[in-house]
Amino acid sequence: MSPLGPLAWGASGWGDEIAAGLWLTVRLALATLPVGLAIGFGVALMKQSRLRVVSGLGELYTTVFRGLPELLTIFLVYFGAPRLVGDISGFAAGLIALALVFGAFSSEVLLGAMRGVPDGQREAAEALGFSTGAAFRHVMLPQVWRLALPGLTNNWLVMLKDTSLVSVVALTELMRASDVAARATREPFLFYLVACLLYLALSIVSSFIAAWLERRAGRGIPTAGRA
Amino acid sequence: MWSRAGSVSAAIAAVVLTFAPGAHAKEWTTVRIGTEGAYPPFNFMDSNQQLQGFDIDIAKAICEKEKVACEIVAQDWDGLIPALLAGKYDAIFASMSITEERAKTIAFSERYYRSPALFVASKGNASLASTPKGLAGKTVGAQSGTVSATYLQAVYAPAGVDVKLYATQDEANLDLSSGRLDAMLADKVVMLPWLEKSQDGGCCQVIGQDVSDPKYFGDGIGAGMRKSDPELKALIDKGIADIRADGTYDKINAKYFPFSLY
Amino acid sequence: MGEVFAFIGFDPELFARYAPALLSGLWTTLSLVAISTPLGFALGIPIALARYQGGATTNALAVGFTGFFRGTPLLAQLFLLYYGAAEFNGALKSVGLWWLFRDAFTCAALVFTLNTAAYQAEILRGAMAAVPAGQTEAGMALGLGRAMINRLIVWPQAMRLALRPLGNELILMIKASSIASVITVVDLMGATKRAFSGSLSFELYLWAALIYLALVEIVRRVWNALERRWRIA
Repeated sequence: MSPLGPLAWGASGWGDEIAAGLWLTVRLALATLPVGLAIGFGVALMKQSRLRVVSGLGELYTTVFRGLPELLTIFLVYFGAPRLVGDISGFAAGLIALALVFGAFSSEVLLGAMRGVPDGQREAAEALGFSTGAAFRHVMLPQVWRLALPGLTNNWLVMLKDTSLVSVVALTELMRASDVAARATREPFLFYLVACLLYLALSIVSSFIAAWLERRAGRGIPTAGRA
Repeated sequence: MWSRAGSVSAAIAAVVLTFAPGAHAKEWTTVRIGTEGAYPPFNFMDSNQQLQGFDIDIAKAICEKEKVACEIVAQDWDGLIPALLAGKYDAIFASMSITEERAKTIAFSERYYRSPALFVASKGNASLASTPKGLAGKTVGAQSGTVSATYLQAVYAPAGVDVKLYATQDEANLDLSSGRLDAMLADKVVMLPWLEKSQDGGCCQVIGQDVSDPKYFGDGIGAGMRKSDPELKALIDKGIADIRADGTYDKINAKYFPFSLY
Repeated sequence: MGEVFAFIGFDPELFARYAPALLSGLWTTLSLVAISTPLGFALGIPIALARYQGGATTNALAVGFTGFFRGTPLLAQLFLLYYGAAEFNGALKSVGLWWLFRDAFTCAALVFTLNTAAYQAEILRGAMAAVPAGQTEAGMALGLGRAMINRLIVWPQAMRLALRPLGNELILMIKASSIASVITVVDLMGATKRAFSGSLSFELYLWAALIYLALVEIVRRVWNALERRWRIA
C-alpha cells in the first residue's frame, strides 16, 4: 500500500471521513462567529454602561471566560447544560462554549474600537439630522468595524484552532476524525500531520480573507506604510 | 455586516432548537443506545464511520427481537454515564462492568457477557510478577474509568506502581507497544485477540493469572440504564434471555470469538 | 431551585476525598508552565532575531516554525508529537532522544515549549520592530556594532514593549496546559477528570474552574505590579 493509501476516498480509506470532519470544523467555526460577535458586542455595551452593576457584570463575564481554560469551558457547558436547560448536542455545546469565549475576548476588542471612534463623529451625525440609531448604524459602526477588524481576526484564528477541543465531547470534527483514523490504522503520525496541515490551510485562507476585509474596511482612509 | 441581524438570530434560534427535551415515552418504541466506539472488537468505528462490534451486534439483536427501533451513537468513555443521565440516550452497550459503585448511579441489565482482566507486559518485562510488589516502580496503564483503572489505583498505586490512565483502550495499546508502558491491565477477551492478531500485539505477552476480584470487577458486563426506566430494563433483560434462548447470541459470539463469552 | 443549589452545591465529604488529588494536579500544572514558558522565551529570542534581521534562509525557517506552531491547534501538535513519535520510537531510541518523548510530562513540556516559543518569538519580533529606526541609526552614528546596538539600545526598549503581551502569553499557557490531560498527564484538569469519572460529581469541574480563575487572576495582578515597577525604573 502506498504511504497515502489510508487517505483514500471511500470505504477503504479515511480521506472522506477526514474531509467530513474538516467540513464540520468549518461549519462549527462559522456558526460560532455570529453568536460570539453578538455576545461580544452586548458585553462591550454593558461595560460602557454608567450603571455600576451592569458594567461590573460585563467585567465579571470577561474575567471568567477569558480566565477559564477553553477545554474546561467546553466540559462545563457539555456536562452542565443538561442540569440547567436540558440535553444539548455536542455541536451545540461546542458552539455555546466557543461563543462564550469568543465573546469575552471580542468584547475587549470591540470596547477598544468603540472608544477609538471620536465622540465628534456621533455629534456630527446627529447635527446632520440622523437619529441616534441611524447615527450608530451608519456612522459609528463602520468605524468601529474597521478599528476592531485586526483584533477580531486574531480572535477568529484562535477560535478556529479551539474547535479542535470540541473533539473531547465526541463531536466528529477534523481533530476527532483524524484521531479515529489514527487509531484504526495505527498511523498516528500521518493522520495528525494531515490534521495539522489542514488547520494550517484554514488559518492561511482566513488570513487572506481578513486582509481583504481590512483593505475593504479601510477604503478612503490614508494610512502610513501601505502601498 | 453588523446590520445582518438575521443571521445572528437564526444562529441563536438554531442553538435553542437543539435543546430538545428528552423523550419520556414509557412505551418503548425507539431506544437510543450509547456506546464508546473505541474498544475493538466490542465496539469500534469502521472507515465508513459505522459502529461495529460485539456490543453493537448484541444491542441490535435485542432491539430486533423485542421489536423496537434502535439508534446507536458514540460517546467518549468518561462521558458515557453522565450523558446517559443527561438523557442523550437511553441505554449503554459499551462493555461496561456491573459494579456496586456504578449501580449507585445507574441501573444495569442482567449480564450479557463476562471477562476477567489480565496483565500484559512488553517482552522485556515478561519476567515481572503481576503482584503489586512485583510491579512497584513500573509504569502500568489502563483505560480511565474502567474497573481495571479502579483496581490499579486502589491496589497497585499504594505499592508504588505508577498508574497511567488513558481515554481509550486503543491509546493504552499504542503506548504499551511503543514501550511507554511496562505493563497494562485490561479485559482478557480484548487483550487475547490484540496479542495474537494485531501487528502491535507482538510486542507483548500475558503475565500472571486472570484477575477477577469481585470487589472491583463486579459481576460481568451489562447494559446501563437510568434507574427511572424500569420498563426498559425489563425489555432489555427479556431481550438478552430471548437471544440466548434462540441461538442468536451464540451466532454473534462465534463471529468474534472461538470460545463462549457468556 | 433545588437544581440550582445542587448545581452550585458544596459537598465537604467530596472535598475531603478529592482535594489532595486536585492540589497535586495543580502542582503538575504549575511545573509544566514553569518549565515551558522560560524555555520558550529562551528559544523565542533567536527565532525573533532570525525574523528581525536574519538572512533569507534563517528568516524562512523562522517563518515556517512560527507559522506551523501558531497556525495549528496545540491539541493536534501534542497528538502529533506524542502518538506520532511513538511510531518512530526505534529511530528515536537510536539517537538517544526517546526519553524526551517517552514520558507524557516531558513530551507535553517539549510541545508547550515549542508552541510558546513561536508565540513569544512573534511578540519579541513585533516589539523590536516597534523600536524607532532613529534609535538604531543613532547607535550606528556612535560607532556601535550590530550586537551592541541590539543589546544596549533595541533590546531594553523592546522588552518594555513586550512585557504586557508576554504576560498575556503566560496566562494563555496556564490555560493551554490543561490540554496535557489528553495525553495522560495528571495536571489540574487531568486530576479533575479522574475524580469526575470516579464520583460523577459535576461540582468537581466547578472547583477546577475556580482554581484556574484564581491562578490566572493572581498571575495577572503580579504581572501588573511588575509592569508598574519596570515602567518607573
